[in-house]
Amino acid sequence: MKGVFYMINTIWFLLILIGIIYGAYTGNLGQINNIILEQAEEGVTFGIGLIGIMAFWMGIMNIAEKSGLISTISKGLRPIIGFLFPQVPKGHPAERWILMNFIANMFGVGNGATAFGLKAMKELNTLNPNKRRATNAMAMFLIINMSSLQLVPLSVIKIRHDYGAKDPTAIIGVTLLSTFLSTIVAIIVGKIFEGGSRC
Amino acid sequence: MLELISLSIVPFMVLLILIHGYVKGINVYDAFIDGALDGLKTAVKLIPNLIAIFIAIGIFRGSQALDMLISLFSPIADLVGIPEEVLPLILIRPLSGSGALAAVKDIISHYGPDSFPGIVAAVMMGSSETIFYTTTLYYGSVGIKDYGHTLKAALISYVISIFITVFICGLFL
Repeated sequence: MKGVFYMINTIWFLLILIGIIYGAYTGNLGQINNIILEQAEEGVTFGIGLIGIMAFWMGIMNIAEKSGLISTISKGLRPIIGFLFPQVPKGHPAERWILMNFIANMFGVGNGATAFGLKAMKELNTLNPNKRRATNAMAMFLIINMSSLQLVPLSVIKIRHDYGAKDPTAIIGVTLLSTFLSTIVAIIVGKIFEGGSRC
Repeated sequence: MLELISLSIVPFMVLLILIHGYVKGINVYDAFIDGALDGLKTAVKLIPNLIAIFIAIGIFRGSQALDMLISLFSPIADLVGIPEEVLPLILIRPLSGSGALAAVKDIISHYGPDSFPGIVAAVMMGSSETIFYTTTLYYGSVGIKDYGHTLKAALISYVISIFITVFICGLFL
């Protein structure tokens, strides 16, 4: 995955290429016109929806940063951060945003987590010698994020409730275990890959 | 109980931060405005990424290319012991969060919330994340073009976690 070959570039290209060609083959081209219109609008709507909640959380977190609350919290959790992100210097602002992102994720504050995560990314990028290439710390941060950290999957419980499950919350224990294990696996896989690259 | 904790976490966090800031003599209003402007800028910069992701996934789903992919994969799923019924979810999950939620609804309404596929789908939804969306969004926001090992590692972890989920569900339920 070096040099000019970017994986996401390829995936994005393939999704659209295969989609349009297959759509032509199955006679769904008319629908694709609608999808482009709809999804473009959806992207803007979603982004605008994000503006309010992101502005809110970044505003609140700015207070917590100025008052010293965040640095107090992140001091306690420093050992974990040190193990996962050895490249992040002690006390670097990236630390606190990563922590806030993890905490928000655990409690299912999805948009809040996104706001903190983007801030964490920005801070991690200040430590990046090559601004176009992801560092190990960035990769680890996203790998952990993508393994899901959410403790209680409320949306799923709601669906189970809607469809008349005997005990909608019965899956919580199993989900917790599964989430925990998948996060451990993600950290291990991430660490293995880190061994193979230099920065 | 757990639901109550989840519901109260946001208001309590806000309250705690505000009180702490106020007691420490911070101008909480000004600090909020400064931060909020930063958040606003970040969100606006995301919109092109969102449009790109939504359109690509929309085309892929709408053209029924996704359904083709599912039928392609179902013999393999069968072979490795993954319930074929949850395959749509497994394939949509890395691409789209709302699509995955729709798939969970579909599986649960078809097979029932307490059936094996219904439970596996629910647990899987709760213990995974939208890989494609997350990577594009986060890296896009800082202009990273080369993702290094991120996607490979995330996808490998995802596949392993699918097996873990199916195994755990079989064990406990």
